[in-house]
Amino acid sequence: MTTHDLLTKGWTRDQMAARAAKELRDGYYVNLGIGIPTLVANNIPEGMEVTLQSENGMLGIGPFPYEDEVDPDLINAGKQTISELPSSSYFDSAASFAMIRGGHIDLTVLGAMEVSEKGDIANWMIPGKMIKGMGGAMDLVAGVKKIIVVMEHVSKNGDPKFIPECTLPLTGKNVVDMIITDLAVFQRPDHDSSFKLIELAPGVTAEDVRQKTTAHYVE
Amino acid sequence: MKKIYSSAEEALGGLLFDGMTIAAGGFGLCGIPERLIDAIQASGIKDITIASNNAGIDNEGLGKLLRTKQVKKMISSYVGENKEFERQFLAGELEVEFTPQGTLAERLRAGGAGIAGFYTKTGVGTVVAEGKETKEFDGETYVLERGIRADLSIIKGWKADESGNLVFRKTARNFNQPAATSGKVCIAEVEEIVPVGSLDPDSIHLPSIYVKRMILGAPYEKKIEFRTVRQREAA
Repeated sequence: MTTHDLLTKGWTRDQMAARAAKELRDGYYVNLGIGIPTLVANNIPEGMEVTLQSENGMLGIGPFPYEDEVDPDLINAGKQTISELPSSSYFDSAASFAMIRGGHIDLTVLGAMEVSEKGDIANWMIPGKMIKGMGGAMDLVAGVKKIIVVMEHVSKNGDPKFIPECTLPLTGKNVVDMIITDLAVFQRPDHDSSFKLIELAPGVTAEDVRQKTTAHYVE
Repeated sequence: MKKIYSSAEEALGGLLFDGMTIAAGGFGLCGIPERLIDAIQASGIKDITIASNNAGIDNEGLGKLLRTKQVKKMISSYVGENKEFERQFLAGELEVEFTPQGTLAERLRAGGAGIAGFYTKTGVGTVVAEGKETKEFDGETYVLERGIRADLSIIKGWKADESGNLVFRKTARNFNQPAATSGKVCIAEVEEIVPVGSLDPDSIHLPSIYVKRMILGAPYEKKIEFRTVRQREAA
């Protein structure tokens, strides 16, 4: 694929985030993962009330602060400085994960290294190479009502990431509801069903997706 | 009973020993008990097991104790942003019990609340659940996780009154609250100590019963891992 193709075919990171934002609903409480998922916050539709949770202990994440309002005591889960809103609240980590585990969060958007056709997700380690830890991801996929994965369709080496079985250590088993890649969107109505291809990014054909996917899915 | 000590070293007096378990508050560099960490480093104790969400960065926070190889084992959810942590782990020099962040918070809370274990869905079907008891409840599988009872808790608060009632500030609360309850003894370092009666009893985050010793740690030079800002629009 040439640079030109990359520019004209498929979604950019921002466009993937914008596509994920279409899943937001008025009144939702949402947790966004680090990376592309964070960009979803810039795409909340005008007039829609969405409250963002930060698992280090805050509801109601505000925008990045102005230079003179930076506060080391006010960061998000990615350790970036943020600001608070008039509706914000703070709590400790145990209370934060009680919200997550208890099914009170409506939606989470996460990145992934691999997703299997059965909805398994792997995003926390590559044995012997990269180990950052799972952070709050295992709790999020176990407890949040709807799990959306946003990821590039293939790895940097061109290998499919939506595959029959994950090869990396899992973050969660049979938990993913929707996958948004730079090429397409897959969804399933429940955890017993197969994923269905429901949308293609501009310029992308169903055949393009077939060639870059080894997972079984319904068209 | 005297709770206020003049230094971190004095506050830690008689509590430190090789092979001990310490629960530490903080998330990244936010709300970390840095004076107490420095004093533990200076004490030279070794083979410590530390329950803490992460381990600061390379030479900040708990990263300092990793650098001096005083830590035998970390119970943590995240080792990113700390090359020395990742290096020691990959080289097999350091044991890490990877624990999902919410499970870690609950293990500390449970340990402090007299709950020996609890069942959670977090980690089911992953390496986290390997070797642990699982049980079905209402048609879903849960894994048994143990509470953590530490020998010592070290936390960072914002304001305390002289009796040890404590309040945290913004997202610096994080693991400080559950970590405080997990230890047989909890030492708090705070930015300000105020007279009894100056804090609203309805607004106390951590009641004095948990804080056995405390020090005034100020002045703090609070560090930021990722300074992200927006620009004001031109007038």
